[in-house]
Amino acid sequence: MTTISAGPQAAATTPASTLDLAGVSRWYGNVVAVNDVTMRLGPGVTGLLGPNGAGKTTLLHMMAGFLAPSRGAVTLDGEPTWRNPGVYRRLGLVSEREAVHAFLTAYEFVLASAKLHRLPDPEAAARRAIDLVEMADAQDRRIGTYSKGMRQRTRVAAALVHDPQVLLLDEPFNGMDPRQRLHMMALLHRLGDAGRTILFSSHILEEVEQVSGTVQVMVAGRLAASGDYRTIRRLMTNRPHVFAVRSTDDRALAVALMAESSVTGVELGRDGLTVRAGDYGAFTRALPKIALARRIRVRALTPEDESLESVFSYLVGS
Amino acid sequence: MSTVSWITARGLFGRRRFLLLLPLPALLLVLAIVSRSLGVDPGQWGPPVLVGLGLAVVLPVVALIVGTGVLGAEIDDGTVVHILTKPLPRWQIVLPKLAVATGVSAATVAVPLYVAGVLADSVRLGLGLAAASALGALAYSALFLVLSLLTRRPVLLGLVYVLIWEGLLGRFVDGTKVLSIQQWVIALADRIAPTELLGTTVSVPVAAVLTALVVVGSTVLAIDRLRSFSVAGETS
Repeated sequence: MTTISAGPQAAATTPASTLDLAGVSRWYGNVVAVNDVTMRLGPGVTGLLGPNGAGKTTLLHMMAGFLAPSRGAVTLDGEPTWRNPGVYRRLGLVSEREAVHAFLTAYEFVLASAKLHRLPDPEAAARRAIDLVEMADAQDRRIGTYSKGMRQRTRVAAALVHDPQVLLLDEPFNGMDPRQRLHMMALLHRLGDAGRTILFSSHILEEVEQVSGTVQVMVAGRLAASGDYRTIRRLMTNRPHVFAVRSTDDRALAVALMAESSVTGVELGRDGLTVRAGDYGAFTRALPKIALARRIRVRALTPEDESLESVFSYLVGS
Repeated sequence: MSTVSWITARGLFGRRRFLLLLPLPALLLVLAIVSRSLGVDPGQWGPPVLVGLGLAVVLPVVALIVGTGVLGAEIDDGTVVHILTKPLPRWQIVLPKLAVATGVSAATVAVPLYVAGVLADSVRLGLGLAAASALGALAYSALFLVLSLLTRRPVLLGLVYVLIWEGLLGRFVDGTKVLSIQQWVIALADRIAPTELLGTTVSVPVAAVLTALVVVGSTVLAIDRLRSFSVAGETS
């Protein structure tokens, strides 16, 4: 399997903290969980996407310093994350496992985190983090009484209390209701926009699509694609691009398009044309010229398979 | 109190298994008080209650529950990640946890042993038992704490050590007594308060040196293992 790369993300921003994986593999006996992954994560929100069993959690654990790579190196700003507690000054982790001290209140839990980070004003930091996840109203209740989503937000607050440059979240939307989900997505957006490096794993395509255009796609332990998923799609030149086209004269346009070399197929339907093009750029440049020459007005041109879902299914299926 | 100690203590007292600590020391106290009030000769009830129950069962079992609880329980339920994702040198996690485990075990065992020692013989014996059991609590706690990091079944392995090695083999194979925390505690208590109620073949210097070795060795190993702590990989 070859890795499709759409180039480094957020290249225009000066990276505040960069997480690098260089040729990272991890195996358990004969089972290879992660196979020769190289990636660089800079500021912005990145989705780590892959089907169950693809190696996302193993990869996240290595990034967070909770698992030694069998081969390769994971570094945060040049420092290894393994056996190096100092990296947690710049790194926060929200693991998938719902592990919280149920006997503490949210405030106590987050305050304990602030104190363990030796922050100069732990009380203020705890209140700020709790406000960030909108848990102030329930902060004095024991965590054991919370819903799953509230517990998740409390854990995010604890991971954010020291304002880390890098935040890793493993399946952060699990157990959240739609409103909490939207709120968490907005929070991740804000953090990414503020220059933080955010990586979240998910196997739900819609979640990734809504939060981040930039993805790292894991399939069977390998990094199958990396970058903006729309760009990734355009790099898949072996798959024809599918467009929906509506015009003032669909039949005449279909005839004209069949003569265009970048077009591999045209289907005439009740709602317009479905056009398959081998070359995305050549087709989108040719279409206006063809329409203009035949005095046909193009009313709509929509890429049909640029969704993350289609990109993902192509990658998994290849 | 450090934040790690505070969380550890809250976790320990917040779990139901803390209640398991209470019956055994209570039984020790009740047996000593009843024997004394019935006027039974201390030479008859002293060894089985002080050594057979107090030092051979109550001390190691309480230390096992507490010692595996301060870290093992957090590893089991995953909350240990909360503390490990902090920029703390790992000794700043292990030492407070060892201190809490030792303190709780020592307080739970030393008080009833002190009372039983006073009732059996003298205040000196009570103090000797309390001091030696506190040292024993430290050695057991260090051992059980490192077991939490070496195996996923620290309670089972701890029970095997206490019941099979110390309890069974220690009774029939004399050589095993040299590597028995229980025998070291008896030797140290007997040194502080010499009495016929306590008897062991292990010398005091050997007991002192081996206790120190177990405490230091287990603690150093625990710190090193915690540095390399891996989260069990889920399959996703």
